[in-house]
Amino acid sequence: MPANNNLIKELVNKYGRDRTSLMPILQGVVEQNNFISDMDMTEIAKELDLSAAQVFGTATFYSFLDTIPRGRFVIRVCKTIICDMHGKKMILQTLENLLKIKVGETTQDKKFTLLETNCLGWCHKGPSMLINHDVYSELTAETVHEIIAEYMHK
Amino acid sequence: MTNGINFKIDGIDLTVDEGTTILTAARKANIQIPTLCYHEDLCVAGNCRVCVVEQKGSKHLVPSCAMPVSEGMEIYTNTGKVRLARKHILELLLSEHNADCTKCYKNGNCELQYLASEMLTGEPMFIDLVPDKKYTIDKHNKAIIKDDSRCIRCQRCVRTCEELQSVSAFDVAYRGKHMKISTFFEHPLFEVVCTNCGQCVNRCPTGALIERNYIDKVWDAIYDTTKHVVVQTAPAVRVALGESLGMPAGKIVTGKMVAALKRLGFDSVLDTDFTADLTIIEEGHELLSRLKKALVDKDPSVALPMATSCSPGWIKFIEHTFPEYLPNLSTCKSPQQMFGALVKTYYAKKRNLDPKNIVSVSIMPCTAKKFEANRPEMRSSGYTDVDYVLTTRELGIMIRQAGLDFESLPDEHYDSFMGASTGAGVIFGTTGGVMEAALRTVYEIVTGREVPFEGLNITPVRGTEGEVREASILIKKTLPEWSFLEGIELKCVVANGLAYAKKVMQSVKDGTGNYHFIEIMACPGGCLGGGGQPIPTNHEIRSKRKTAIYEEDMGMPIRKSHENPDVVEIYQEFLGKPLGHKSHELLHTHYTPRKRY
Repeated sequence: MPANNNLIKELVNKYGRDRTSLMPILQGVVEQNNFISDMDMTEIAKELDLSAAQVFGTATFYSFLDTIPRGRFVIRVCKTIICDMHGKKMILQTLENLLKIKVGETTQDKKFTLLETNCLGWCHKGPSMLINHDVYSELTAETVHEIIAEYMHK
Repeated sequence: MTNGINFKIDGIDLTVDEGTTILTAARKANIQIPTLCYHEDLCVAGNCRVCVVEQKGSKHLVPSCAMPVSEGMEIYTNTGKVRLARKHILELLLSEHNADCTKCYKNGNCELQYLASEMLTGEPMFIDLVPDKKYTIDKHNKAIIKDDSRCIRCQRCVRTCEELQSVSAFDVAYRGKHMKISTFFEHPLFEVVCTNCGQCVNRCPTGALIERNYIDKVWDAIYDTTKHVVVQTAPAVRVALGESLGMPAGKIVTGKMVAALKRLGFDSVLDTDFTADLTIIEEGHELLSRLKKALVDKDPSVALPMATSCSPGWIKFIEHTFPEYLPNLSTCKSPQQMFGALVKTYYAKKRNLDPKNIVSVSIMPCTAKKFEANRPEMRSSGYTDVDYVLTTRELGIMIRQAGLDFESLPDEHYDSFMGASTGAGVIFGTTGGVMEAALRTVYEIVTGREVPFEGLNITPVRGTEGEVREASILIKKTLPEWSFLEGIELKCVVANGLAYAKKVMQSVKDGTGNYHFIEIMACPGGCLGGGGQPIPTNHEIRSKRKTAIYEEDMGMPIRKSHENPDVVEIYQEFLGKPLGHKSHELLHTHYTPRKRY
């Protein structure tokens, strides 16, 4: 996968070459491309004078910094105990049936990726999920259908 | 001046300097606190928690490696709470540790194993997670093997690679239960920027990072009667080998080592110091010829400053990090490789042996030498110049395997020829040594007089750990043929540890460092602190080895490379002249630019 050198240059110019700029740069790449490729990481390491392993270490630490290709819409269903008790399993099944993918997979058209996530802090309105930056709570099979239908047209 | 901090540890009143940690203070009071992630050479990590102690008035146990003492503090290192906590911590570590100790190379020399035996960990308290984990074992490297199933994630290796070597070939990756020490995208070590220096191997408290050992191969060669097995020993081995065999640090064991090697069955026990001296002759002349080209011929293509090339960790580092400066490296092979090339040519001829029946073994304080011996260009004799490289530790193991009582062995002498050495060769083992040895020879070539230092001890270039040592030597009253050097101040710089090497190269790059001659050793303290040296190695042990090296130098009857009789002989009989045709064929090499990313 070729590196997005222009994007990285832009981000580096914006945030600087200090080690503390690593996070916003990585976030910037994910924002744009939904994931950070190995070539991106080496390019970033070169720009910040870090070793590639250090960039890899940081990127793999954060679950929101994806290091494998993701779809345009990343769905993260809360997997923690409260949402589980509120029926998260059913939500996940509905999503799997709708999108014809399993957890961790991406649809053929590269539109959706289905993932689980740790607590979103919406325990009082579980089960909940995140699609890119938007939270959806108090989910039922019906609302999941509606939400996904909406995204299908985006 | 402050009065210091007064505090109590296990009922003992102590006064220590401000900022002293509980651990350091306890050690001063001869109270042992177990540690795993802590290492004297590295920054405090405080992640293993095995060093926890109880502080009066505090609900929680405190990590003694990270906690500085404060006025009036009361510390208890041996309460029931502390003991139970330590045992639980160890049990938890063991629940993820592949503890088949009898199959582990570090068996008997493992900090984790030692603690487990001390704390009497018995039946596992926690579920054994090892069978369910998919550990990565990287066996593809010629020098270092990385086995994640034995890793306790103390991160000593990560800190070593970053702080001491500024390489960061690996870092902590992933999170929580998936957390591991990983290279970039988990590539094998030979595909990444690893320099094979082995500093991580030397600091790993378990068997997660070990050298690839060639002990059995060497035994096979020794037992094979059709083979003539030649062994060479590096300068820094003789001041450290004793440590692997129960002797105190800083003991010179040259004679016993030679005796042991003969008893192990090597057909010829020779000295790498001989080729260290040869390196000095070749490298010294190379420096002079480069200076001549630059000053007399005004050749703009000549690469100055010239950097030493005897540390294979440094070579791989510069190939990755500063490939544009490869022309600045001396083209001289390292002493090990020169020796290898000569064993299968000069030695074979003189002893009337078929080089294909010679097995060439070297004992090195180094793991990078294993990689170096396997470089494709190191076959100038027509065969693999050096067949097997053993570390000081591996030799220690062989001596124990052979059942030799090392301490009671008599002192014996190296075989001849290629066994003679000088003090100049010996100091190759410490930082600043190559520089000093080179100056002893170069100055004399140019002026016809000895270097103007008392007892030939050029102390200004003797490097110390944790600094870049700059020095300059004024050349006066040259011989007529070297008159172009009259009045020139030869600017030298010495650095040890790749973090400092990087600093030197950066200063050369941005023009602030103005030098003629650069000496770099990849490991802290030079070869005496090499990755293949006995474990533990720390600052105190390195200084003892260093003292021993200079002692050995002072005790040598000949202390200048160009006066080594074997060196004089080889030029007369075989090589002709320094930098001559034969030298270029056998003793010089080229380098490969590599990617940093």
